[in-house]
Amino acid sequence: MKMRAKLTGDTVEVKVIISHPMETGRKKDDFGQLIPAHFIQLVTVTLNDKPVLEMQWGTGISKNPYLTFYLKSAKLGDKITVNWVDNLGQSASGEIAVVQG
Amino acid sequence: MQRRNFLGVIMAASATALLLPLRAMAAVWNKAAFEANKLNEAEKGLAINGEIPSKDIEIVAPDRAENGAIVQLEVNSRIPNTEAIAVFVEKNPTALIGNFMFSNGALPQIVTRIKMAETSDIKIIVKAGSQYFTASKNVVVLENGCG
Repeated sequence: MKMRAKLTGDTVEVKVIISHPMETGRKKDDFGQLIPAHFIQLVTVTLNDKPVLEMQWGTGISKNPYLTFYLKSAKLGDKITVNWVDNLGQSASGEIAVVQG
Repeated sequence: MQRRNFLGVIMAASATALLLPLRAMAAVWNKAAFEANKLNEAEKGLAINGEIPSKDIEIVAPDRAENGAIVQLEVNSRIPNTEAIAVFVEKNPTALIGNFMFSNGALPQIVTRIKMAETSDIKIIVKAGSQYFTASKNVVVLENGCG
């Protein structure tokens, strides 16, 4: 997971890229076999362990999901954490501190 | 009990066990809404009713997308007390793309990339208190992105 959190004025802009195939379950491989669905379902973002953004995703989010969001309540050095869980029960998390933009 | 059934029970039980900590941190994935094929069924799955058209929902997406696999979408709600933004693509095999829920100082504004199977409206529904607001934008898709 790649993350960046920059403070400009009173708003922190957070950008996140997650490596994930986001397979719909409708695509076939080179041998004509269906590739099983494999996609992120739940994403939680916390600011200093307090929830700020909760997302539910379907198969319509593009491969290697990209996300930008904005926080009014964050300061320099604050900790932003992103957690995701997919339909196969796999999960990962990433963490970054807010820096000056 | 057949062997296959037995294995199924064991796997379901262990899956439930794995999911328990997750339920503590986030809501359960809305299967009914995400697996619905039709837009109105997906909306029903999210308990959306009586949506009001609004000019205070800004949608930034290309008029024409070369590749439907990656369509960049920005949504910005200027509706006071926006709690959630739901994104739908009317003509996708499953219409609901995602639901984004904000709290504790997160601004109701997101940028992400979505898949579009064919030329369609992107429909946004904003939840503010007990009310729902909506806006749409049409995107012409030149190459299918929903394999």
